[in-house]
Amino acid sequence: MKTSYLTAGFGLWSWLATRDHKRIAILYTISITLLFFIGGAAVALIRLDLLTPHSELVSIETYNKLFSMHGVIMVWFFLIPSIPATLGNFLVPMMIGARDLAFPRLNLLSWYLYLLGALFAIGALLAGGVDTGWTFYTPFSTMFSNTHVFAVVAGVFVAGFSSILTGLNFIVTIHEMRAPGLTWFRLPLFVWSMYATSLILVLATPVLAMTLFLIAVERLFGIGVFDPALGGGPLLFQHLFWFYSHPAVYIMIVPAMGVASEIIGCFARNGIFGYRFMAYAMLAIAGFGFLVWGHHMFVSGQSAYAGTVFSLLTFLVSVPSAVKVFNWAATLYKGRISFDAPMLYALGFIGLFTVGGLTGLFLASLGLDVHLHDTYFVVAHFHYIMVGGAVMAFFGGIHFWWPKVTGRLYPDAWARFAALLSFFGFNLTFFPQFIVGYLGMPRRYPEYPPEFQVWNVLSSAGASVLAVGYALPLFYLFWSLRYGPPAPDNPWRAKGLEWQTPSPPPPENFLATPVVAAEPYAYADEDSRSG
Amino acid sequence: MASVLSTVAPQFDDAEQQRAAATLGMWIFLATEILFFGVLFAAYTLTRVRHPEAFAAGSRLTHVTLASLNTGVLLTSSLTMALAGHAARTGARRALVAWLGLTVALGAGFLAIKGIEYRLDFTEHLVPALNFAYAGPRADQVELFFFVYFLVTGVHALHVFIGVAAIAAIAVMASRRAFTPAYFTPVEVTGLYWHLVDIVWLFVYPLLYLVSRA
Repeated sequence: MKTSYLTAGFGLWSWLATRDHKRIAILYTISITLLFFIGGAAVALIRLDLLTPHSELVSIETYNKLFSMHGVIMVWFFLIPSIPATLGNFLVPMMIGARDLAFPRLNLLSWYLYLLGALFAIGALLAGGVDTGWTFYTPFSTMFSNTHVFAVVAGVFVAGFSSILTGLNFIVTIHEMRAPGLTWFRLPLFVWSMYATSLILVLATPVLAMTLFLIAVERLFGIGVFDPALGGGPLLFQHLFWFYSHPAVYIMIVPAMGVASEIIGCFARNGIFGYRFMAYAMLAIAGFGFLVWGHHMFVSGQSAYAGTVFSLLTFLVSVPSAVKVFNWAATLYKGRISFDAPMLYALGFIGLFTVGGLTGLFLASLGLDVHLHDTYFVVAHFHYIMVGGAVMAFFGGIHFWWPKVTGRLYPDAWARFAALLSFFGFNLTFFPQFIVGYLGMPRRYPEYPPEFQVWNVLSSAGASVLAVGYALPLFYLFWSLRYGPPAPDNPWRAKGLEWQTPSPPPPENFLATPVVAAEPYAYADEDSRSG
Repeated sequence: MASVLSTVAPQFDDAEQQRAAATLGMWIFLATEILFFGVLFAAYTLTRVRHPEAFAAGSRLTHVTLASLNTGVLLTSSLTMALAGHAARTGARRALVAWLGLTVALGAGFLAIKGIEYRLDFTEHLVPALNFAYAGPRADQVELFFFVYFLVTGVHALHVFIGVAAIAAIAVMASRRAFTPAYFTPVEVTGLYWHLVDIVWLFVYPLLYLVSRA
């Protein structure tokens, strides 16, 4: 048996000191999975507490800490690194025919920085948590909160450098290390998605880092630029925070679009419709993403003119987003579709992303947002994008590339069941939140009027279904590591370079540097030949 | 090929690809630095627009002579760094070590002068939160000015410190014959970083020291 990256070295140290992008991807996968379930445990308590109109399970202070930790962990320690640091790390060099990323040591360093940041966050959680919400709004976070703001902010700050290094590594790798013949417009859309995401990671994260640094300084010394008592501007914090945190949503969703494109092309046995526009659309989303942050501040007291411009620019994001949805639909059209587990996840992604995107237009409308701002409508909207969209695609990607990564096949029936269960559970959890939010239930409150109870019970019931849907893969994927049949090199008959090398790949990825002579997604050619 | 094999990492095809990757990597890093400092400049702008008189009053209390001297020191260090790059390209090893050494000395000189300035600020009760006293009007806003002043110059000084350490390491490598005209990428990318630190100072200096000294 040939040496694969998994058998190239044994023992813990061969993993902790590895420079291999594939092993670092595994390290990231294990860590973010752990954090995902910690963040999930926090929200399980929230949904239990919301079963009744009065907060009977936890105190109001504890409730504040629960939703804060849920947000902090899920955003910075799961969603931001999710697809880029795991699938991206594994696949970018393989898809472009390279032996590794440009800076392997930097890549390992970024994992250690992530780990250090996560330890800060978990440490703060164990020490009593934080109650500011994941948004750290000033002056509450700087002057009034008596919880562990400093530790959590420090953790997110450190993890931010892990994001920056990953983005930098990807951009350089994609620019400089493509295989012979692999021109920009022969790149798989997943690589384009990683490129667009990396641009956001590199250009937005420093702003977050410095803003969090300012919060830490202000807490330490009791003086700062966000302090209104001295003539500083708390609104400045919101501008700076959302300058990062709106693009951050696109750090989560653009990689998901890349994963969905790979899966849909393969299981529709069809070339991606409008390939170039799919690439341009992702770049456009990344670009527009930097110009819409003010839509989080329509009721914060920013000027009406700024609000109008931000509203208009936000509507513009829907253009490239719609281009993508229509092109996926056109790719499916006259395709020969098979409904394997990755495809079910990808189709679920399209549906949920569409709902999330369209409800975003409600919130981009200046007048309507006054009514909907800070209600469960907003919570439902961004969960449709970040969980329904990004997490569905992440699971789809894990199922799609699992045979390549591990060299094992998982039981497909279980996987299809988990995909359907997640889709059903997700909608049951979050669709009622649109309704209860529209009726006026604010987010972040543990108590609500009794007439809202039915929607909250539905949502909590959905959350338990969703939890099973998310936990199931953990069992059968682990099972497959030991008992799954060995995977062939290309179980899906997919077209990317990563499928032209053994499963699991050798340490140097390819036995000989591949030469690319064709466009990506040549599925239609194959059909005309065989038919 | 064989002569440069030892300096090419296994993930790269050749020395040219490795050099291009390192250079692009540094340019991207510099872009992140600009956004990093951009937050501070945004905070500066907002605060100054709100409190122009306090910023003028605070700026008059800064030590402009020392800062002007420091501007000269840092600009000169950029020149010596550029000359180090030239020496590396031409393979003049002794000149390379000398120019790098001079750059380190100038960078350390900048930090020393900055230290003297901070000391003066402290004795004159201009350090917000720790030791601040101001008798004139708008004392709170003047204190906010000095908060911004320490924040911006402090973060910049940290960058100078990192640069000095990096250039010192490069100088040691150079003295051990680590670089040839075919391979001197570390000198090049460290130079890029050093010039950015210099450029940032060219914005910091007028914004903090020259607000109403025309």
